[in-house]
Amino acid sequence: MLTKRLIACFDVIDGRVTKAQQFQDNIDVAPAEDLAARLYDDQIDEIVFYDITASAQRRKIDLETVRSVARHVFVPFTVRGGIRSVDDMFEVLKAGAEKISVDSMAVRTPEIIRDGATAFGRQCLVLSTQVKRVGVRAGLPSGYEVFIDGAREATGIDALDWVRRGEDLGAGEIVVNSIDRDGTASGYDLDITRAVADAVTVPVVASGGAGTAEHIAAGLTKGAASAAIISSILYSPRFERNLGVRELKAELVDRGVPMRPYLS
Amino acid sequence: MIDVIDYRAGNAPSVIYALERLGIDCRLVSKPEQISTSDRLILPGVGAARATLESLDESGLVDPLTRRVGEGGVPFLGICVGLQVLFDRSDEGDTRGLGWLPGEVLRFPVGERVPQIGWNEVRPTREHALWEDVPEDGHFYFVNSYYAVPADPADVLGVTDYGLEFCSVIARDNVAATQFHAEKSGSLGLQILANFARWTP
Repeated sequence: MLTKRLIACFDVIDGRVTKAQQFQDNIDVAPAEDLAARLYDDQIDEIVFYDITASAQRRKIDLETVRSVARHVFVPFTVRGGIRSVDDMFEVLKAGAEKISVDSMAVRTPEIIRDGATAFGRQCLVLSTQVKRVGVRAGLPSGYEVFIDGAREATGIDALDWVRRGEDLGAGEIVVNSIDRDGTASGYDLDITRAVADAVTVPVVASGGAGTAEHIAAGLTKGAASAAIISSILYSPRFERNLGVRELKAELVDRGVPMRPYLS
Repeated sequence: MIDVIDYRAGNAPSVIYALERLGIDCRLVSKPEQISTSDRLILPGVGAARATLESLDESGLVDPLTRRVGEGGVPFLGICVGLQVLFDRSDEGDTRGLGWLPGEVLRFPVGERVPQIGWNEVRPTREHALWEDVPEDGHFYFVNSYYAVPADPADVLGVTDYGLEFCSVIARDNVAATQFHAEKSGSLGLQILANFARWTP
């Protein structure tokens, strides 16, 4: 049977992983390839590399670091941030990534999802979306609004309308990142994760807020997510004690979540 | 020396990185004359069957590949879409495949999330050099919306469940292929690549 995935997300600046809290106060953790290699050895299922300043600085993605990470990890690897065209996607895939994740750019130019899916297959195209609970009102029937540009800009777009459109355009996977929960270690927003999972037929990934194995299990069961993005719990210096992949998987299996067996 | 076929729609660099980690001699090839003299070939794949075939065709690689693997008998490994293009036809864009193996490629039935993305169990159906040091319940990384249905059951080498039981690994003579991404399936995936490098069909 298909198992659930644990995905480690790295926010990268200048080749180094940093950890922010609700999109602010970045602190330095480690070189991206070192952390990637360590997590690969610990049998993480997947890695997302987020070039967090590429979009804001309107520069191209850091391909050298992408290549370096790809040489160290033999699990799937997604790149996010700074993708503005199909040619950018091509370069990132050629550097060794499996998937491209688009976010703010796709809200401004939704056709990039279709163009990317046509060129490389929809399984390459991940739509990542930053959502915030704002309450039900006109034009926002789900009560969740899509934000862009590091959660700074409100779009007035309803979260569920947007993920349905993204799926129609060709996104092969949807990441639901809760702005309210990001960096809080208080658990995923299960309501919106579940609502998105019910709204689309492609796999949905829970993101933002995992602080314990229990939170992850809830995202993968009550939240109906196919995968869980984690970061702080693995390596944030703000955490009193970081947990390893082996430990997390053992706890998830105890809670009845099917995981790829840990190989000793 | 393993030659990894590089074409626009492929993810050949990931396969090269994996072979380099294993210490296996390898290179990217993209020209017909390189394939005509190759000793061992990998056809990686991501994305769509039609884009893959068009890309191979535009580069003039289809004929040399078919000759080298068919008449030349060199060991060949297809990965993901590199498995799907070996059959007669694919539902994906109603595409005609290379036709090296009889059978077709179908879309997963309604009911499961498509694409299948993630680690799933592969059960070997018979002994083969590719299975050396691979456990019977090994998990590998899949990303696929379509699956192959070989017309000849003897071509099946491994099966996986996703809504239905499908053929996830094939082998016939000197041709083998995995639906999963061996280059992205951790240590077990690397083991499959190492086994392919040593395989003498």
